[in-house]
Amino acid sequence: MATKASQSAARLMMAPAVVLLLGWMLVPLITTLYFSFADFRPLRGVFEPWIGFDNYERFVSSSSFWDAVTTTLVMVGAILAITVTLGVLLALLLDKPMFGQGVVRILVIAPFFVMPTVSALVWKNMMMDPVNGVLSHVWRFFGATPHDWLVETPLLSIILIVSWQWLPFATLILLTAVQSLDGEQLEAAEMDGAPPLKRFWFIILPHLARAITIVTLIQTIFLLSIFAEIFVTTQGSFGTRTLTYLVYQRVLESQNVGLGSAGGIIAVILANIVAIFLMRIVGKNLDA
Amino acid sequence: MGRITLNNITKSFGDVQVIPPLDLTIEDGEFTVFVGPSGCGKSTLLRLIAGLEDMTSGHMEIDGRDVTDVPPAKRGLAMVFQSYALYPHMSVRKNIAFPMRMAGVDQAEQDAKIEKAAAALNLIDYLDRRPGQLSGGQRQRVAIGRAIVREPAAFLFDEPLSNLDAALRVGMRLEISELHERLETTMIYVTHDQVEAMTMADKIVVLRAGVIEQVGSPLELYREPRNLFVAGFIGSPRMNLIEGPEAAKHGATHIGIRPEHIAVSPDAGEWAGKVGVAEHLGSDTFFHVHVNDFAEPLTVRAPGEVSFRSGDTIHMTPDIARMHRFGRDGLRIA
Repeated sequence: MATKASQSAARLMMAPAVVLLLGWMLVPLITTLYFSFADFRPLRGVFEPWIGFDNYERFVSSSSFWDAVTTTLVMVGAILAITVTLGVLLALLLDKPMFGQGVVRILVIAPFFVMPTVSALVWKNMMMDPVNGVLSHVWRFFGATPHDWLVETPLLSIILIVSWQWLPFATLILLTAVQSLDGEQLEAAEMDGAPPLKRFWFIILPHLARAITIVTLIQTIFLLSIFAEIFVTTQGSFGTRTLTYLVYQRVLESQNVGLGSAGGIIAVILANIVAIFLMRIVGKNLDA
Repeated sequence: MGRITLNNITKSFGDVQVIPPLDLTIEDGEFTVFVGPSGCGKSTLLRLIAGLEDMTSGHMEIDGRDVTDVPPAKRGLAMVFQSYALYPHMSVRKNIAFPMRMAGVDQAEQDAKIEKAAAALNLIDYLDRRPGQLSGGQRQRVAIGRAIVREPAAFLFDEPLSNLDAALRVGMRLEISELHERLETTMIYVTHDQVEAMTMADKIVVLRAGVIEQVGSPLELYREPRNLFVAGFIGSPRMNLIEGPEAAKHGATHIGIRPEHIAVSPDAGEWAGKVGVAEHLGSDTFFHVHVNDFAEPLTVRAPGEVSFRSGDTIHMTPDIARMHRFGRDGLRIA
């Protein structure tokens, strides 16, 4: 029904959604862009609409910038490694027929439904607390001195918390991929003399490659903007300040909107660079 | 070498016994076809032989060696699956090389065997393609190539032609038969298509509900079906089975007569009936004839192009020497 009338009717009816989406995305982006070239410190009553690239220079040249970039990359990389590895193993496990399969699968998804703030608080106060935390009880049970997670290994702690949240997502996507593997292929490999580990390496893993790239891509996009978990636990101290958190500190703690906006724009650019890399990899895998 | 002996084997899934105790010997170099309607346990039987399913009880031997508890890879059998089960992320070359790679065969020998198999199967030009870029027939050949390079004691085929179109199927049927003649290796072939069974087999095993109904060469089954089931299953179009008074005349509960063993005449014969549907194949014509006293229409073959029309009355005479008689228990009366 692609007549001219129906086409223009379709356009008309899509217009509100498109305008809304555009506004939603473009207005904040343009405002940020505008502020990033301004000296805007509202509490001091300073507003200079154009100071060129000063904000960008200051943001990039501060020592905390490169630390934040490193922290972000380490955090995202570690979380990806943990969720994908455990996700593959869990998916293989959940694929096996067992008693109570449906219930177990729902339980596995559960962490994904917990809000980041809540789960970070729960982990901080109930799991990792050096006095009352579940983990410290476990440590004491084995006669060890409880580990003060968030003080001694803050980055690792946050990585663990976020991995716990994202593991269900990875597991779920990988589980559907495992289920789509043709059983005859595994049987053929078995007859061809491939023991279980080799079947995993030569048949299952290549089959999962596409799902793994998709998990990686989607998670990276979301993980680059981790905020609540850091805010609730370490407040960005002890080397847990990611780029996102640095931007937040510049805007709200230093009350320097211009500097923070510049940081935001840099973060957007960096995220896009990462995304382009990942898209390339995904594209390669999708061709195959 | 590949003489396979099954002794008293059974298979149960939970409480359901799909294969009651079964004995079978497959001689070295024989082309054996398991045939039967779907759900008759023929694929299960093949998978038991392959080792992909565990037997519930019984023993299996290959060349006198007990392999009942030997894992599939060590039985020295190669299998071609219905879906071909090629590894989609590997090139044709790597697919064929896979079993040798798992066995740790050295590279030079691998290459030599791949070249040989590819030449035999017309795959030389496709070695660097992936399975996704091949046609159904080519994929089938790759699957066979992957089986050949292992130099197995026996080949197992699980309905390998059922995913191909009719024309290709006839061609592949021929290729597999030729392959068997060249390699002289034992082959076990599962199909539900009795035409495939008749054309390819040295020995046909007819199965129903896990039970072997009859074992024999294609012509033995055609000439002397042991019971009603085999009689109805082997032959195309199927044998006419007649019960009631007409059968009693010949001292049987059922009589069977194949469409090709009934003579047709326009004016005189033992049975008279009205022509229903006519199927003109050119070389033959099959008529479905409604005879008054019979429950089902008779299928009758007339050679060449015969010009009876629907509604005509024709007369038919069965060839008594080729009539099959079956008793109350469904078994053949000699």
